[in-house]
Amino acid sequence: MLKIENLHATVADKPILKGLSLTINAGEIHAIMGPNGAGKSTLAYTLGGRPGYEPTGGGATLLGQDLLAMEPHERAAAGLFLGFQYPVEIPGVSNVQFLREALNSQRRARGEEPLSAAEFLRLAREKAKLLGMDMEMLKRPVNVGFSGGEKKRAEMVHMGILDPTLAILDETDSGLDIDALKTVGGGINAIMRAPDKAVLLITHYQRLLDYVKPDFVHILADGRIVRSGGPELALALEREGYAEVIAA
Amino acid sequence: MNKALALPTRRDEAWRYSDLDAVARVWPVDEPDRLIVPAGERRTMTLLLDDGAEAVAIRDHPVEIGAGGTLSVHLLAIGGALGRVTFDVTLARGAHFELKAALVGNAAQTIELVTTVTHAEPDATSRQTVRAIAAGHATTSYLGQIRVARDAQKTDAAQSFKAMLLDRTATANAKPELEIFADDVKCAHGATVGELDKAALFYMASRGLDPAGARALLLRAFIAGLFDDMTDEGEHARFEAAALAKLEALG
Repeated sequence: MLKIENLHATVADKPILKGLSLTINAGEIHAIMGPNGAGKSTLAYTLGGRPGYEPTGGGATLLGQDLLAMEPHERAAAGLFLGFQYPVEIPGVSNVQFLREALNSQRRARGEEPLSAAEFLRLAREKAKLLGMDMEMLKRPVNVGFSGGEKKRAEMVHMGILDPTLAILDETDSGLDIDALKTVGGGINAIMRAPDKAVLLITHYQRLLDYVKPDFVHILADGRIVRSGGPELALALEREGYAEVIAA
Repeated sequence: MNKALALPTRRDEAWRYSDLDAVARVWPVDEPDRLIVPAGERRTMTLLLDDGAEAVAIRDHPVEIGAGGTLSVHLLAIGGALGRVTFDVTLARGAHFELKAALVGNAAQTIELVTTVTHAEPDATSRQTVRAIAAGHATTSYLGQIRVARDAQKTDAAQSFKAMLLDRTATANAKPELEIFADDVKCAHGATVGELDKAALFYMASRGLDPAGARALLLRAFIAGLFDDMTDEGEHARFEAAALAKLEALG
């Protein structure tokens, strides 16, 4: 589904990704872990197409389409969802209005009929409930006045509504207390655990992986994947720390 | 404006940022009617300036608000090669003037709002909220003067101007001016000029919203709320529709 080959990327002319390769098949959940500055967020932003994150070599395809050649909104329409570590506040624009326009923009790009207001609200209510989010919060401006945990929960509601094929979740677990972590983990499983979908979890810690069991765990260091393994790799990291595991 | 007056020049402060070639095409303009709000009464005014692309529209509004009276103005200026609205408001004791305005220009439009609010007597209040959006080679300007007379104690005046520039070739001018001769007064003013939030644009794109749709949403949010307190629902709907059509046409 996602095929990253020898990807190089720079931020402000500084090389961050230095030949990263990774293949994710449909039905799989992968976790990327790594120390600060390893390039985890750069990987997410480069795949999402954020201005300033410049791919300089190699490539990435999603379902055979050249991801890096597409505009960010086209990548979303092609099935990519990027969950932000720091979701952006948009004063004056309600979640409901924003998500309906975003979803319908994606649907138009795919040649599908837009959803009516009533159809959209039904969908939004269902996904909000799944993540234990009050519908009233979805009527408020995007992320404005939301706590860290509420923002992450709202990200997962966005994901549920947009129903992507591949989700790249950048530190979705940061800022969550144990209860919220459980809810968000359950949401990821409910929305994305399917034979035709895949997830790339970017995280510092093992704890999210207790709720969303990865099929593969990769360690990212200095812009490359230096080790790959099963869930046991995350446990080893938690026990021994990055320096030990990377050196081993 | 008086018919006898000479054509304004750039040396006239109130015309400094105007399109004088356009002004010359219609000069002299008719002398405007003076609006008088009687003491203790409340009036509302809605102004939608959406003349055609070639038009030159100059609307002057001399206003006197009597003691304890209120005038609430909603203005949407989006039309004309030159669209110029002026208010010259004099407030008596305890009077209140409220102005909520959106100025939106694209192509080579010049859209300007010039206000002079004179607090002539004590205890009067004024609130001016102005939002401007300029695209292409357009110029949006807000010149807001507040004058507080010597014995107009307890004056409470506020101005807020925020402008958004969508292109490097667009211009926004802001000129707040305070002339205060009383000592127990509150005058607040703020002016900012900015661009669309790039982080928000990427966030919206990452959710699949196309660039034009993302921009339109952010611009709607920028002027949202200005017209929410309009009492005439028909007028409110007309303003919202005109604003939306203009934002979508910014291109």
